[in-house]
Amino acid sequence: MKWRSIVPGASLVLIVVSAALLSYLWTPFDVATLDIRHRFTAPGAEHWLGTDHLGRDILSMLMVGARTSIAVALVAVGIGMGIGVPLGLLAAARGQSWVDELIMRGNDLVFAFPSLLIAIMITAVFGPGAVNAIIAIGIFNIPVFARLTRGAALSLWTREFVLAARVAGKGALRISAEHLLPNITNLLIVQGTIQFSLGILAEAGLSYVGLGAQPPVPSWGRMLAESQTLISLAPQLALFPGLAIVMTVLGLNLLGDGLRDWLDPRMRRER
Amino acid sequence: MLHYLFRRSVALLATLVVASLIVFLVIEVVPGDPASYMLGMNAQPDTVAALRAELGLDQSRTLRYLHWVSGMLHGDFGRSYTYRTPVADMVADRLWVSLPLAIYALTLSTLIAFPAGIWAASRRGRLADSAVMGFTQLGIAVPNFWFALLLVMLFAIQLGWFSAGGFAGWDSGVLASLKSLTLPAVSLALPQAAILTRVMRSSLLDVLHDDFMRTARAKGLSARQALLRHALRNAMIPVLTIMGLQFSFLIAGAIIIENVFFLPGLGRLIFQSIAQRDLIVVESVVMLLVFAVVMVTFLVDVAYAWVDPRLRHQRR
Amino acid sequence: MNYRYCNPTLLLLMCVAGSALAARTDITVGMVLEPPNLDPTGGAAAAIDEVVYANIFEGLTRFGPDGSVRPALADGWEIEDEGVRYVFSLHPDVTFHDGSDFTADDVKFSIDRAMAEGSTNAQKGLFANIDNVEIINPEKVAINLKQADGNLLFNLAWGDAVMLDEASAGDAATNPIGTGPFRFDKWVQGDRIEMVRYDDYWGKPVKLDKAVFKFISEPTAAYSAILAGDVDAFPNYPAPENLAQLDADPRFSVVLGSTEGETILAMNNAVPPLDDIRVRQAVAHAINRDEIIDGAMYGYGTPIGTHFAPHNPAYLDLTSKNAHDPDAARALLKEAGHETGLSLSLKLPPPAYARRGGEIIAAQLRDVGIATEIENLEWAQWLEQVFKAKDFNLTIVSHTEPMDIGIYANPDYYFQYDNPELQALMTDFGSETDPEKRTGMLQQAQQMIADDHVNGFLFQLAKTGVAASKLKGLWENSPTQANDLTAVYWDE
Repeated sequence: MKWRSIVPGASLVLIVVSAALLSYLWTPFDVATLDIRHRFTAPGAEHWLGTDHLGRDILSMLMVGARTSIAVALVAVGIGMGIGVPLGLLAAARGQSWVDELIMRGNDLVFAFPSLLIAIMITAVFGPGAVNAIIAIGIFNIPVFARLTRGAALSLWTREFVLAARVAGKGALRISAEHLLPNITNLLIVQGTIQFSLGILAEAGLSYVGLGAQPPVPSWGRMLAESQTLISLAPQLALFPGLAIVMTVLGLNLLGDGLRDWLDPRMRRER
Repeated sequence: MLHYLFRRSVALLATLVVASLIVFLVIEVVPGDPASYMLGMNAQPDTVAALRAELGLDQSRTLRYLHWVSGMLHGDFGRSYTYRTPVADMVADRLWVSLPLAIYALTLSTLIAFPAGIWAASRRGRLADSAVMGFTQLGIAVPNFWFALLLVMLFAIQLGWFSAGGFAGWDSGVLASLKSLTLPAVSLALPQAAILTRVMRSSLLDVLHDDFMRTARAKGLSARQALLRHALRNAMIPVLTIMGLQFSFLIAGAIIIENVFFLPGLGRLIFQSIAQRDLIVVESVVMLLVFAVVMVTFLVDVAYAWVDPRLRHQRR
Repeated sequence: MNYRYCNPTLLLLMCVAGSALAARTDITVGMVLEPPNLDPTGGAAAAIDEVVYANIFEGLTRFGPDGSVRPALADGWEIEDEGVRYVFSLHPDVTFHDGSDFTADDVKFSIDRAMAEGSTNAQKGLFANIDNVEIINPEKVAINLKQADGNLLFNLAWGDAVMLDEASAGDAATNPIGTGPFRFDKWVQGDRIEMVRYDDYWGKPVKLDKAVFKFISEPTAAYSAILAGDVDAFPNYPAPENLAQLDADPRFSVVLGSTEGETILAMNNAVPPLDDIRVRQAVAHAINRDEIIDGAMYGYGTPIGTHFAPHNPAYLDLTSKNAHDPDAARALLKEAGHETGLSLSLKLPPPAYARRGGEIIAAQLRDVGIATEIENLEWAQWLEQVFKAKDFNLTIVSHTEPMDIGIYANPDYYFQYDNPELQALMTDFGSETDPEKRTGMLQQAQQMIADDHVNGFLFQLAKTGVAASKLKGLWENSPTQANDLTAVYWDE
């Protein structure tokens, strides 16, 4: 039964989240302290994952870096869903009107700018930083959710149970909230999962090109960028931040998948 | 359908106009003067002013906007501030890298994703399905630039099969060029293929629940026949949407990959131009990408309407 | 032997074998940055000179590998009227790559163009003291100065003062036509520039017949390009961390040389709290140069205690004046009333010395109680915010112009150091021609800026070059930004 992927998924996410939370209280080493004489230490008893080019403890940096990743991606998905889903429902409800047209064209417009371009342009204007990364990723999430919601809602509007609700005199708003939203939750969870993982990946990508959180705040993407020239010298520097990203995204996706299989009434019926 | 096409075309134009305004205005407020950048730390103020005049930066914004837009309509994208060559030529050169790369990656990802998705859906719940889904999970979770880094570590530095980057140029042969695009295309394609496989599978499964599929099954078609004959066409809607999404992602996502492999593509051109404040290049290239994305969206929408006539009629 | 039986494959093999025996005559040089255009008189980008200087374009004088000024297109010169008039005799039989002759007209055109009102020459200041250029005959030209100037020959050696032909100068950005030993061939933008030998070159013929400059900004890619042999030489190799590995490999040689890059932690002298010399001194004592050189540059770099290149004979080692002494720094901060702490902005341009060095300096400053807010900037932003608007407390930058201590005499320069005494000294220096007195004045200036702790003086940037070990004749040092290929050959 696929929903059992909740267990490994949730475990992975739990590990990452608790590491991030723990880092507020304790890390094996202080990430702000440099120890250049002990740079490139191989993983071992003292530094479990070794040290980087400035002698900082990699495990500690990964823990603190987890905060940045999670916060940026979470808020960005929140922005995307919070704005995109209502817009999509509205567009579907006013299916034949200028409202729909306006929302969809507005979506197309945002959607027409590739996400990384938005990010680069925002940072060119306001300077690089975590907040601007959130905005950039968040903006790009809006049309994704709006389009998805509208598409799904539109096809639902032709279904019998919606027609029945309309015959019963329910307004578009009520139908959207009571009948459509619950029916697209599974879709939203799947998409939300993808967007969350994309959010983590996008944050890593932005920090990788230097547009995310600024030093000395550790971030996984920047750790990867800094490791790039050191691949042949200390491969672990390129390995661990990447594995941290994979672990987080994998965990979230497994969790999302499991939740979907568990929540989807149709699938449960079939079982 | 004709009416639908007309309406969508008008919307398309409006989108482009608004986008051009946004692009122009955003780039106008970007701090950093191209002339000062080009002349560096020892330049004298009158030299900078002279260069600004030479580049046409002393004209009013409205004039520059109109000039830019009317130029683009004639295919004239202006002249790069720093490279001093026509932007159109630069873009054309770069497109010969970026477009093949995007198509290469999209082809790879489709070739992987379609069979994998269909296979997984037809074996739902069985070992093959779990295996495919497991791989897609991993594929989605791997950042493409990290994957690229690992590919470079293995195939370029360890094995020496491919070079770590650079682009041979089409004049040195198609094979050599494709070879230099292979690692970048693979790193772009894998995560994309993983996503596409999942979408393919889940949309097939969604369709399988629909009533007409039950009817098809009731008519005596086998599960696989029903899947291939009926479900696939209906499942294509979300797949097409995602592919449209992915095309824009491929161009944008290629910015990072182009930088990892230092390919002389559009993405790296944008990156460089922003750093050099070569605003006219940034404006024109961004606008071009926007145009490409809007066109793809338009085509996807038209394809939607074509595949699913319900959508078309609804918009009457 | 009957040709009908000659196997074409065999012929091909013979050709290949033949070429393998002879020394190679082509080179691919790796560079980090691609030049935006190829007109050295129309932009400041160092990458322009790194491609064209001495290869495509030449000036009346030129820099040698040791930084000395040597004759180039000018055979010789005479200084008349107590140093206000320089008469140059031009080398005969010099042609531009398009076949036209190089004459006194071209000298007048090139210098007038650089000096002109609407000129876009990035180093227009080099020509500020020139009153006019006078054509005596096609092979003789005089430059009349406004006042005596010991720097003219030095100034004319810059890439910004190279000679162009009026007919082709307008297109120099994309199709440079000079008098040098190499002729521009093609530019694949974003990837490489190719040049070939110019057979009618006036000077000593070059041994290479083809040179390719390949642009690789990504250090890992630079590393693998060197390993794979895609690039024969990387004169300014971007990843000092790999140098030890490359040095151990017999296929490559690592060449360490000096540059004109004084790397400094620049301080905004006009804005509190750094207008207080005690705070500046505290910052200076908080800095541990060895740790920065080790951590950011992997040991490549020479500590400096003032703004002057250590390889210059006039250099004074003043590093003891601002040695690492955290206790002294804390005491000074306390004295200046900042015992509760202090927060300064630290704006960093893109190079690794700034980004890595910035993180290390931030940690060192924190150790004495100064918090820093790091902001990573692109060059365009840096020029706008730091250099132009002077909106910063601290920044790290390498000043790569040769002999640029004169910037301390300009109170409007971005670090805003205003000392009339030094300004007077540098004015006198400009008109002094006696070498010994000039040295004395330079040393006095070095003392002054060290005493005033104008900036944190970190290290002289090292030139870390990597090349195939069989490649000879590349410059070891970097007295100016150039990749002079005129003496390069393969020793096989």
